[in-house]
Amino acid sequence: MEESSGNMRSSEPTAAMKKIFNFKDKPAGKEEEDEDLSDSEESVFSGLEDSGSDSEEDEKESDDNDDEDDDDVTAVESKQPKQTEEEEEKEEVVGGVTEREEEEKKEDEYEHDSSDEEDIRNTVGNIPMEWYKDFPHIGYNLDGKKIFKPIRNKDELDDFLDKMENPDYWRTVHDKQTGSDIVLSDEQVELVNRLQKGQFGDVNFNEYQPSVEFFSSDVMIHPVTNRPADKRSFIPSLIEKEKVSKLVHAIKMGWIKPRRVEDDTRGRFYDLWAGEDSSILGRHKMHLPAPKIPLPGHQESYNPPPEYLFTEEELALWEQQDASDRKLPFVPVKFSSLRQVPAFSRFIHERFERCLDLYLCPRQRKMRVNVNPEDLIPKLPKPKDLQPFPTTQSLVYRGHSGLVRSISVSPSGQWLASGSDDGSVRFWEVCSSRCMKTVQVGGAVKSVAWNPNPSVCLLAVALESVVLILSPSLADRQVVQSSERLLSGQPEADTSDAAGPVIWSDTEGEELNQGIRLKIQHPKAVHQVAWHAKGDYLASVMPDHSSHLQVLIHQLSRRRSQNPFRKNKGLVQCVSFHPVRPYFFVATQRSVRIYNLVKQEMTKKLQANSKWISSMAVHPGGNRLHRVHPHTRSTSTPVPPQHQIHHHTRSTSTPDPPPHQIHLNTRSIFGSSLIM
Amino acid sequence: MGGLQKKKYERGSVTNYITRNKARKKLRLSLPDFRRLCILKGIYPHEPKHKKKVNKGSTAPRTFYLIKDIRFLLHEPIVGKFRDYKVFVRKLKKAYGKTEWSAVERLRENKPTYKLDHIIKERYPSFIDALRDIDDALCMCFLFSTFARTGKCHVQTIQLCRRLTVEWMNYVVAARALRKVFISIKGIYYQAEVMGQLITWLVPYQFSHDHPTDVDYRVMATFTELYTTLLGFINFRLYHSLNLLYPPKLDSKAECELKEENEEDYALNSECYLEKLSALSASLARMVSSAEEEEAQLDQFPVEGEDMEKLEAREREQKEQEAQKKLFDGLKFFLNREVPRESLAFIIRCFGGEVSWDKSVCIGSTYEVTEETITHHIVDRPNASTQYINRYYIQPQWVYDCINAKIVLPVEDYFLGVTLPPHLSPFVEEKEGDYMPPEKVKIMALQRGEKPAQEQEDEEEEDEDEDEEEEEDDNDDEEEDEEEDEEESEEKNLKKMEKQRSQGKSLQVKVTPGKMKVENPERLEQEEKAEEKRLAIMMMKKKEKYLYDKIMFGKKRKIREANKLTAKRKAHDDAEKANKKKTRK
Repeated sequence: MEESSGNMRSSEPTAAMKKIFNFKDKPAGKEEEDEDLSDSEESVFSGLEDSGSDSEEDEKESDDNDDEDDDDVTAVESKQPKQTEEEEEKEEVVGGVTEREEEEKKEDEYEHDSSDEEDIRNTVGNIPMEWYKDFPHIGYNLDGKKIFKPIRNKDELDDFLDKMENPDYWRTVHDKQTGSDIVLSDEQVELVNRLQKGQFGDVNFNEYQPSVEFFSSDVMIHPVTNRPADKRSFIPSLIEKEKVSKLVHAIKMGWIKPRRVEDDTRGRFYDLWAGEDSSILGRHKMHLPAPKIPLPGHQESYNPPPEYLFTEEELALWEQQDASDRKLPFVPVKFSSLRQVPAFSRFIHERFERCLDLYLCPRQRKMRVNVNPEDLIPKLPKPKDLQPFPTTQSLVYRGHSGLVRSISVSPSGQWLASGSDDGSVRFWEVCSSRCMKTVQVGGAVKSVAWNPNPSVCLLAVALESVVLILSPSLADRQVVQSSERLLSGQPEADTSDAAGPVIWSDTEGEELNQGIRLKIQHPKAVHQVAWHAKGDYLASVMPDHSSHLQVLIHQLSRRRSQNPFRKNKGLVQCVSFHPVRPYFFVATQRSVRIYNLVKQEMTKKLQANSKWISSMAVHPGGNRLHRVHPHTRSTSTPVPPQHQIHHHTRSTSTPDPPPHQIHLNTRSIFGSSLIM
Repeated sequence: MGGLQKKKYERGSVTNYITRNKARKKLRLSLPDFRRLCILKGIYPHEPKHKKKVNKGSTAPRTFYLIKDIRFLLHEPIVGKFRDYKVFVRKLKKAYGKTEWSAVERLRENKPTYKLDHIIKERYPSFIDALRDIDDALCMCFLFSTFARTGKCHVQTIQLCRRLTVEWMNYVVAARALRKVFISIKGIYYQAEVMGQLITWLVPYQFSHDHPTDVDYRVMATFTELYTTLLGFINFRLYHSLNLLYPPKLDSKAECELKEENEEDYALNSECYLEKLSALSASLARMVSSAEEEEAQLDQFPVEGEDMEKLEAREREQKEQEAQKKLFDGLKFFLNREVPRESLAFIIRCFGGEVSWDKSVCIGSTYEVTEETITHHIVDRPNASTQYINRYYIQPQWVYDCINAKIVLPVEDYFLGVTLPPHLSPFVEEKEGDYMPPEKVKIMALQRGEKPAQEQEDEEEEDEDEDEEEEEDDNDDEEEDEEEDEEESEEKNLKKMEKQRSQGKSLQVKVTPGKMKVENPERLEQEEKAEEKRLAIMMMKKKEKYLYDKIMFGKKRKIREANKLTAKRKAHDDAEKANKKKTRK
């Protein structure tokens, strides 16, 4: 329709076209009854546009007939026939063409002819019409006479007026070949509509008539065609022969295998283990069967006991955790009945992971030792069997008002000396806990040590940077005298500068009365003193990171001091003399060094895995060394050498005994100790 | 010094291992083919003891196979088949490209196929070996048989899986081998005892799967290929061990009963038989129609002492099992349409019950709802519309719980609309010190033949006992604390006196009547023992101490978990009680 409207704008309706229109009308008029019939048929079949077209025709043919149904339509269209009549009159002037049309129309057979043959009016054929645009004519009719173009071309205004006024404008089509406008008749419009809908052009054609099969299941007596047989049907084909020989050759050469018999043995089973032989068993010995999937617990039930369900915190924790850290790979859920249980969304995943495990995981045989933990505990003798040892507290030595830092028992075993922070050294009788003597030394006492030689009675006291030698005169006269003799030895002149910073001095007055006999002034604070077994030598410790002057050895009889070490080998914690042999033990933080005093060289270095050695003691027999950690207690049970005992369950806050008193506590107090 | 210089990494453990890539190259296979071969032949990687040595000094993560295993693969005929298949695919592609349809057809007909029979025989030289490893095969086949025919795998595979699983279930029914069942959130677990082997498998619920995208179905399909072959052979052997026909045939008598008029509407002829089999309602045909099974009697041997006890225990077990096998004998069940038919029919038939369902649910129903003799009607709805008077209407959990308890439980707890008791896992075997839910205690009491009324009291008492035990555990720690406390208080007193003395005050002379310290000899003994143990633990060697600590840590954790569960249960019960009281008021 768009195309047609475009055409109509550019061209004018020509007389010839109008004639066609009229011709179409005239036969219709003649065969009024036929038309009506056809129309009715049309309406029956298609039911399209019947009212409009009918009314139009009615008015053309018989103006008097009033359609009651289409009153309003007729009112509008009443003018139309008049107009067409006027046009007819005008265009009858152009005579020749119309005569020809009339002749055509007279012959009945053309009515049913296809539309192609109507174009025979112009004989130029199917050519682009612009070739004729410079000529006054647009072609030739059947008689060879020129067909002239319409005199006046329609301009836009005409077109517009036409559009506004002509009620048939919508069905007017421009024919390029004749250069005329054609108003389509109702049938033609109908045809166009039908074609546009994809229906058959012929109204009477039945699309759905039952098909008659050419070949049917019934065997006919007559052949379908009566054609004689071809020659090729009884002469062997060369091409076929060639093909067959090729195939035969291919089969001979084994290129084409004969069609295999359908093998349906795949799903067929038999007794595979009928004859069990041991031939493969050898390899199978090494086979590790895959571990089975762990069986589900109560948590996995669809209706678990309530205690297995997650609380909110547990759920939050579960969600936070990484999938590999979770204890359960799922959240326990409770359903009130079986029908509410949904499908498990990770089912295929889990199966797949199992598959991966089966073929990707290395397998190993792990020996799981089933140990009864009780068997691991060593069988020890009962503490009862180890008696006698003191089991109750028997004595308390009261008297100090400050922390007691150090105690020492006299070689005779009768006396106990204690040094305290209150600046006093007290002498007690061991068995009665009576304080025999108190010596005010004027400073917090760090260490006291009784001279191990039983023939003298001397006590070394370390406080601040001084070492005092006390003669408590708590023994019989002979012993006191011998100790006096030892103390009265004269200093050698040449050693004074060798000792350097150490100053030996005798005491006087009050101090002498108290029993303090000698003062050995050190350059730094002294932490510990230790006697040699013979009672002549005395070692003092001044811990210092930076200097090599940490240990001094004093000789009492000659009143001289010397520094045995040239190098600083670490912070010295304590020193000790070997009771029998000429060995000297120096304990630094991490190790114990043993020096031979005669050869003046290091003989051994004992290294322990403890972090801090705070104290050590040599066995009186001289073949064991006992070393103690700070801030832990240790026990003195008999232990084989090279054996370390640890226990952390009983770390305590204070290693010091309680202030102001000394407990002779029966309870063994050791924590981590090493015996070497 | 003469002699050749020794090269590194040419002797020792390096020579025993081969990396995956090298193995692949040695076999001249692509990675998917190599994977398939490993799956079929059951070859898995090995973890060398010294990875760096084997890896020639590098620490890059690599997968190692034993070189022996790979050499073993070299002679596998299937490797040749893999190569043939590759050639076939190439030819087929070429034919397609040239649009030579006849060639395509010919090639397709000659598609290389392989069989896995020899691999099964090789991997499982004896039947028992195969049976032991069948768990995974069953799980996989049951999973695949529930797949929709949507192209995740071949339709034939799905059908084969279905067929094999149905055969397996029929065997279990015929042998009455089922022991335990468990409804979990994942699916339903079944455990059967076949020829002395415990076999557990998991069947998913009958829903369509939404197929995950991060799963390699090729791997699963390869496993299934192996498993279907394995399961087929095992089924064959098992059927023959029971004198049953394989492939299974329904008993002729049963078959006549099952014949229905609307059979053709239900399924195609080819599928119909499998469906009837899968209905599990009819017994199978035997090769030799024997009258009744003779019950095997244990041979009696004169034995003494411990062996006697063992023998007795075994006999008792045997009797129990026999009783369990006849658990549902004489009971007639009817399944409503909303309960899982296959599972219930399977387990009920396994324990000798008769079962039927509505005709429209599935083929093979044997009697109608209106049957008078039905004893139990299984319904999974809040209430049933029409109730017949002479039968119990119960929820499906009852059947499962009965099987696990090995007795017919009272039905009261399982009536319609009742809150069900928790469903416990039969696979958990509580040892001493483990937590045991009270429901389990109840069931155990029922098994012993006690009445449930007394039970509740017992339960409470037991709870109390448990609490006490806990307290005792705590006591050990507390005792030590107490000791320290005593010492401290004594010291405090002394300190006070000391202070007074140092301040110069005369001590108040006052005598307070002393208290007799009542010493509990038992407790003293305990303390002494604890102290001894503590000292002994101190003396342990470092290695043993570590092991000991680890064991003790595990034990303590177990106790802690058990305590936690008890506490949770108690809190829950208390809350319930409070709720009940409220509702009563």
